[in-house]
Amino acid sequence: MVMARRLASTREAYGKTLVELGHENPDIVVLDADLSKSTRTNLFAARFPQRFFDCGVAEQNMVGISAGLAASGKIVFASSFAVFATARCFDQLRVSVAQPRLNVKIVATHGGVTVGEDGFSHHAIEDLALACSLPGFAVVVPADAVETAEVIRAASVTPGPFYIRLSRPDTPVVCEDGYCFSLGKAASMRQGSDATIIANGLMVAEALDAAESLAGQGIECRVLNMSTLKPLDEEAIVLAARETGAIVTAEEHLRQGGLGSGVAQVVVQHDPVPMSFVALTDTYTHSGKPQELLRQHGLTADGIQSAIKSVLSRKG
Amino acid sequence: MVGGTELVKEAHAGSSGNLSASAVLSSAEALPSMAPQDTEIEDLQRMAKNLRRHVITMIAEAGSGHPGGSLSAVEIVTALFFRVLRHRPLEPGWPGRDRFILSKGHAAPLLYAALAECGYFDVAELTSLRKLGSPLQGHTDRTRTPGVEMSSGSLGQGLSFGIGTALAARLDSQSYRVYVLLGDGECDEGQVWEAAMAAPHFGLDNLVAIIDHNKQQIDGWNSEVMNTEPLAEKWRAFGWEVLEVDGHDIGQILAAFNHAEGVKGRPTAIIAHTIKGKGVSFMENNPDFHGMAPTREQAAKALEELA
Repeated sequence: MVMARRLASTREAYGKTLVELGHENPDIVVLDADLSKSTRTNLFAARFPQRFFDCGVAEQNMVGISAGLAASGKIVFASSFAVFATARCFDQLRVSVAQPRLNVKIVATHGGVTVGEDGFSHHAIEDLALACSLPGFAVVVPADAVETAEVIRAASVTPGPFYIRLSRPDTPVVCEDGYCFSLGKAASMRQGSDATIIANGLMVAEALDAAESLAGQGIECRVLNMSTLKPLDEEAIVLAARETGAIVTAEEHLRQGGLGSGVAQVVVQHDPVPMSFVALTDTYTHSGKPQELLRQHGLTADGIQSAIKSVLSRKG
Repeated sequence: MVGGTELVKEAHAGSSGNLSASAVLSSAEALPSMAPQDTEIEDLQRMAKNLRRHVITMIAEAGSGHPGGSLSAVEIVTALFFRVLRHRPLEPGWPGRDRFILSKGHAAPLLYAALAECGYFDVAELTSLRKLGSPLQGHTDRTRTPGVEMSSGSLGQGLSFGIGTALAARLDSQSYRVYVLLGDGECDEGQVWEAAMAAPHFGLDNLVAIIDHNKQQIDGWNSEVMNTEPLAEKWRAFGWEVLEVDGHDIGQILAAFNHAEGVKGRPTAIIAHTIKGKGVSFMENNPDFHGMAPTREQAAKALEELA
């Protein structure tokens, strides 16, 4: 039986953690591009107005200013919606931030299709592919609000550029209090030996629900929260392939360039096993309620269950 | 030949000079202090010619590169590195240094020549430009070259970076100043105007943008490819203190930098009217030499003209 989970806001967790960090370290500065009320950087702005810079609706400039601040010793958090924080300023991320490996943390809210009613222009479904393609960037998709706070803290003390993707809606909490995030390490959420579900973001909750239902059918799935997309935890992937013999990935992103393709590269290189991918397939999306959109594109526990059955049928 | 280090020592003394009022600065604006002597101007002019020779030699040796936009900015860069900037070539990361940010990254050969003459690295290194393993990349790379503040080459990004460094100076109560060199063709880029809007908004009087207004870009004259005029009025409308100078007159350039230091509450834009390819007759106003290296024969002829 699938359990009901407490909902919490990842962006609220971000804003609150920024305020804590602001108290702890005077070198923390925060930038936004006219979306601070939505990204929740306004919490930091209210407490530390001298260290907050609203750049207006100008993401390219925001990234450039971030680079200059970082080159001068600041720890920079810069936020916007995921669509704007990547595609709109990709060359600035590439030339001004990634190549010189400057200490800029792009924290993008409103990732994926769960932006909902605003429609395709606001649905970030390519952002992780773009971010992962940048040499030197760490890319993280926290599973929930608890992990978000941990990830923001870790980024603040880890030199170099980060892309961290958060959600618009409140999302189910899957990490226990006291959870400890480690960059580049998958978190094991459930044990199992028949197959492995590797997920990140809000798909971790769906993966756990799928595993619970499958257990009722006698199928025991391992569930990994692969919140760090880059650097990917190759060891955990290889172990999953060897020990469970089948892998399903689940992500709120296009199939290309995200979690599924990253995991597949590791699997084919080390220990090929049947795989299936729960993701968006070469399409743009439409307006609708977040849950409706997730259902429409199969980004659900049911979708994951079907994928598991598919890989099990191909497992030797 | 005046040695680079001698000139740099003068720059350390911090006597940012002011000349008698130029055509563009009224006498009321001229500050009554420390005008550089004629001999100093002559020294700087000699250094400018020296940098031009380096640029030609480096690009010819590399077999590719951008002579036109390097040659147009020689006097600007000379005035900055050998007179205006407070910097320590043997301590490139000195936190108190004035920042020079080359936004028009294709003028990298000019910047490298200035850095070498200042003593950031050996002048002999200059001919490694664009070769595999060289610290002197085709466009600037802050991870490889001492004294290079920013990786650039994709146009339009330097002024934003400059705003970030200028904001950091304010946060840290540092008195360093930030100088960003842009091209006029570069002003086609939208990001330039995002930054142009932001710098006055943040009140950054420690920031100076210099626009190398050589009137040409790769495909031809600005006026035909993408008209930038009225350039000075645009910067003024965005809230900048705007000065126009003859970008090959070192006295006028120094006077403009001196004036900028006295401006409070807003940044200064210096529109430097220049000639693309300046100093080499067959490169002047010839857009073909935007991104084309001279042949050996052409380089020899150019060096003859620059003797």
